[in-house]
Parts: sequence; C-alpha cells; structure tokens
Amino acid sequence: MSFIEIFKFALRGVGANKLRSGLTMLGILIGVGAVILLVAVGNGSAKAVEENLQALGTNQITVQGGRAGAKTGYSTDLTLDIAEALKDAPDVRSVSPLVTTSQTLTFGDSSHDVQQVIGTYPGYFTASNSPVAKGALFTQEDVDQAARVVVIGSSTATELFADTDPIGQRIGIGGQLFTVIGVLKEKGSAGFTNPDDTAIAPLPAVQRSLTGYGPINSIMIEAVDADSVSLAQAEVTAILNAKMHVTNTASAPYTIRNAAQLLATRTETAETFTVLLGAVAAISLLVGGIGITNIMMVTVTERTREIGIRKALGAPRRVILTQFLIEATLLSVVGGGLGALAAIAGASFTIAGVQPVVVPSSVALALGVSVAIGLFFGSYPASRAAGLRPIDALRYE
Amino acid sequence: MNVIEVQDLHKTYGHGEATVRALDGVTATVPRGDYVAIMGSSGSGKSTLMNIIGCLDVPSSGTYRLDGVDVSELDESQLALVRNRKIGFIFQSFNLIARTSALANVELPLAYAGIKPKERRERALAALEMVGLTDRAAHDPNQLSGGQQQRVAIARALVTEPALLLADEPTGNLDSHSTEDVMGIFSELSGYGRTIVLITHEDDVAAAAKRVIRLRDGRII
Ligand SMILES: Nc1ncnc2c1ncn2[C@@H]1O[C@H](COP(=O)(O)OP(=O)(O)OP(=O)(O)O)[C@@H](O)[C@H]1O
Ligand SMILES: [Mg+2]
Repeated sequence: MSFIEIFKFALRGVGANKLRSGLTMLGILIGVGAVILLVAVGNGSAKAVEENLQALGTNQITVQGGRAGAKTGYSTDLTLDIAEALKDAPDVRSVSPLVTTSQTLTFGDSSHDVQQVIGTYPGYFTASNSPVAKGALFTQEDVDQAARVVVIGSSTATELFADTDPIGQRIGIGGQLFTVIGVLKEKGSAGFTNPDDTAIAPLPAVQRSLTGYGPINSIMIEAVDADSVSLAQAEVTAILNAKMHVTNTASAPYTIRNAAQLLATRTETAETFTVLLGAVAAISLLVGGIGITNIMMVTVTERTREIGIRKALGAPRRVILTQFLIEATLLSVVGGGLGALAAIAGASFTIAGVQPVVVPSSVALALGVSVAIGLFFGSYPASRAAGLRPIDALRYE
Repeated sequence: MNVIEVQDLHKTYGHGEATVRALDGVTATVPRGDYVAIMGSSGSGKSTLMNIIGCLDVPSSGTYRLDGVDVSELDESQLALVRNRKIGFIFQSFNLIARTSALANVELPLAYAGIKPKERRERALAALEMVGLTDRAAHDPNQLSGGQQQRVAIARALVTEPALLLADEPTGNLDSHSTEDVMGIFSELSGYGRTIVLITHEDDVAAAAKRVIRLRDGRII
C-alpha cells in the first residue's frame, strides 16, 4: 500500500470522528496558544518598561537624602548648600535640588490629588528628560523671584482641565494660587508610578507656600554626557561625604543612584514577571497535555477493536502503525500550528495595556512539547494494539 | 489436497480452578472445495476453533496446517498476507468499522491487498450487489439493520475472492428470506470450488453443506 493511500486512510480516520479530533486539536491549540501569548505579554511588558525608563533620561544621578539611623554626629539632611557645592564637580552639567510634596490641585469645581508636587530648578527638565508639549518651562528668573508658576504633567492636565486649555489658568495647590505656564510631553508608564501625573514649580515658591524652608528631599544631577555618569557619581559621592562628614561609607545618610542602575533593577523586575507568566503558561500546557492524553486514552478501546478488525482483514502492521502515526501527527501539528497562529495574531493586539512581543523560542518549545505529547499518546496505544493477536485486539475492553 | 489440517488442537483459557478447555483435542481435515458446517451447543468451542482456523488466534497446543504450511512457523507479515489473500472471515458480531461507509468497509481488504482505487470500488460495488445492498453503499454501519450489517460483512469477506471462506453464524441475525439469499451465495461459491466452513445452529442451513462436524465440550463427536 502506497504512502498516499495510507495518508488518505488517516485523513478519513481523523474525519470519521470529528468531535474527538476537534477536541484533541482544541486542547493542543489552547495549550500552545496560551504559552506563546503569555510569554509574549511578559516579554512585551519588559520591553515597554525598558523603553520608558530610557525616556526618563540616562544621564541622571539622583541623591536621596534624610536616611534615618545614620549617626554621624552632624546633620544628615540634604541642604541647598550641599546642592550648591555639587556644582563644582567637573563632570556635572546641572544640579537641581528637589522638594516634593503631595497636594490637592484645584481648578474651578474640579480637584485632583497629585503625589509628586515638585519644587526645583529649571535644570531638572533636561536632567529628567521632560520636554514641554504646550506653553513654556519656568526659568532661572522665575526661581530667583520665587514666581508662583507651575508646569504640569499631561495626566494632571487632563484630570484637572478636561477640555479647557490649561495655559495661563490659575490653579490652587494646597490652597495657594499658581499660574499654569506649561504642560509636559507624555512619557508613558514606567511601572507602578505615573510620571505624567506631576506638577513642577520653582523651588523657592514651593518652599515659601507649601513645604517651608526645611531640608530638601533629593538632588537630581545631570552628568555632562552618558559616558561620564559613573565619573560624575564618584565626584558627587566624594563631595557629599566631605560635606556630611561621612566616615563609614556603608552607613552614609544618603543614597545615590544613576539611571543605569534604576534601569537594571526595573528590567530585572520585568524579567521576573516574564518568568512567572511563563510558569503559568507551562502549567496550562501541562493541563492541555493531560487533556490530550485523556482524550486519546479514552479512545484506545475503540481504536484497539478497530485495529483488531483491520488486522483480521490482513492489514500489515506497518500500514496500521503508519496510519495511526499520521493521524496523531495531523491532529497535533495542525492543532499546534493553529495555536501558534492564533497566538501570533493575538499578539498584534494590546493586552492589558501591554503590546506583546512574541519570543521565538517559546513558539518552538510550545509546539515541540504539544506535538511530542500528541505523537506519543496518539501512536503508543496504536503500536501496542498492532502488536496484539487480532482476536485479543477484537476482545479488548 | 487438504486446505485445512488440524491435529490434536487444544485451547485453554485461564488458570487453576478457573481453567476452561475450549478445545480439547480436535483433529480434522477439510479438503479443497469442501463445504463444512460446524454445529454444537453454545460454549462447545465452535468460535474458538474458527478463530484458530482464520489465523486470528493461536492454539495452546497442536498443529494447524493451512494449504500444507504449518501456520505457527509464519511471521507477522506472512500471517497478514494469509489473512488478506487466502481467508475471508465473517464474524458472529459483524465487526464493521464504525463511522465508515458500507462501501469503504468492503473496500478495506482490497486496499490492504494493494489494489488501485478504481478497481477496488468496482469490485466492492459488485460484492455489495451480490448481497443486495447496492442502495445502501453510502450508509454507515449504525444506519443499517443487523441483517444488513451482516450482509456488508459477507460482502467484505467475499470481495477478495478468497479460497477459504469462514463464517461464524452468518445467518444468526437474518430472517428466513435473507438466510435463503445468503445460503444461495454460499452454494454458488461452493459450486465455483471455494472451500467454505460455517458455524450454524440451524439444521436447514447445515443441510446445505456437504458435511457436518459436531462439537461437544471442545471435542468432535
Ligand atoms: N477469551 C476467553 N476467555 C475465557 N474463556 C473463553 C474465552 N473465549 C471463549 N471462552 C470459553 O471457551 C468456551 C468456548 O467458547 P466459544 O466462543 O468457542 O463457544 P461457541 O461454541 O462459539 O458458542 P456460541 O454458539 O455461543 O457462539 C466457552 O466456555 C467460553 O466461555
Ligand atoms: Mg460462537
């Protein structure tokens, strides 16, 4: 019997029980599709975090102050003096001290809580890679005059103003009136905080009307270029240690981090996320595999009897094995292929705010595993049945 | 020349207390062109003997020669060839392949014999016509009555024109009219010189045969 004839037999076998064939294929399809798509979502979110972080500015160094428990005998607060001193470092382009406070913003009847109301210097905008979309940024002059002007993030603008043009409007921040002079360009989410929900005003204005003249929260430093970030960080660290009389560097009263480090930790988090999704996907593949196994095992009795009949009619063992192997291959390859196609098609849509990015190795793995399961459980019972005496196969229960 | 030669065949099932001696020393010969009816009460070992003769089962002891060849010396693929070319087997319980049309069922042995689709179809249709089921060729087994299924099974056994036709109660599910048709087919085949062995409980079916072998408790009487 020619291969083509056996292939036709196998096609007829698949077609003879459409429900069973359909369920088997569906099981493989869902298993493969779930794995590919979930891994793609994890990978996509990792990629998105990476891109958004890059957009935050890669030359920046942040000094976070006010670490409790660090006893030096001197004040452990960051001050404007210290910030001023950092300007002397040769690889530093700009130094922007930051005070941050959480305030309620009001405009007319609408109000909106903003976690990050920032008081700083104009250098902050370039250091944090925050260009203006509408209006203008405040200047050094505004800082000198402690002008009550504010630049707001894009989310804040929509929350507070809806359709009104915010430029030139006067808003209340913690009960004090500020004039909106600019709206920042949208950045997109970089994890758990929304960088677009912010309001930025000149440092003295914020201190005078909102926070008082206490210590500053952090200092944002911009290095002259991306290559000198670590050099700048070393210089800044040296100045800070000198100014704050730090002897034991392990218990320094501040933390200093650059964007690259931030990027690394965030990317790590995203990768953990991918691994978790992969694990969920692997479980779904396993469950799918058990489903396939179950369907194939349930039909063993019927198929064993059928094999008995075929043997009684003089079918050579090779022909029987080939037929059943082709049937199993058709079901698992077609099911797996459809699953992969469905997943790749699904990956072109945004899922839960994430644009999935398909990982080729996940496609190979998912297809490999499901096809292997399908082939094994499709052909193993058949090969066992083909080895029986016809009468035993016919009587199989 | 004897088509079938069985010598001192034994077949036992189970062990110890529960041992059943389905065949207990059967010796018989069937010459070419013979038409034999096997009779005996239920459980006397008729089907067991038939399955061994049809190369579907093997005896516990004793020898079976088919066309002078000791069947126990044939390997798997040679046995498949023997089942396909030499023997047409009609089962007590039809054993048609489910969800497969009557025509495809009848074509099956021809396919395994390597016959081309066109000739296969013609011969299968001819065999179905012989059993009067031309108009049911496209029906699946579950759309056929018991008698019609039996006739499809007969057509499938006849279609390869085997030298040896074995039938386990071929008329057990048929009314008297269909029984006459089937017996007519057997007589015709016998007239062409085919060797036929059939099992039956009916005396008038046995009467059409040239001779009758009676079994009781696994022995010929
Ligand atoms: N697979 C088996 N396992 C155990 N015992 C069996 C098996 N097959 C047959 N037997 C026993 O062997 C004996 C002969 O069975 P067999 O099927 O040959 O009877 P039979 O003459 O064909 O009966 P019937 O006219 O009812 O078809 C019976 O007692 C039966 O119970
Ligand atoms: Mg019987």
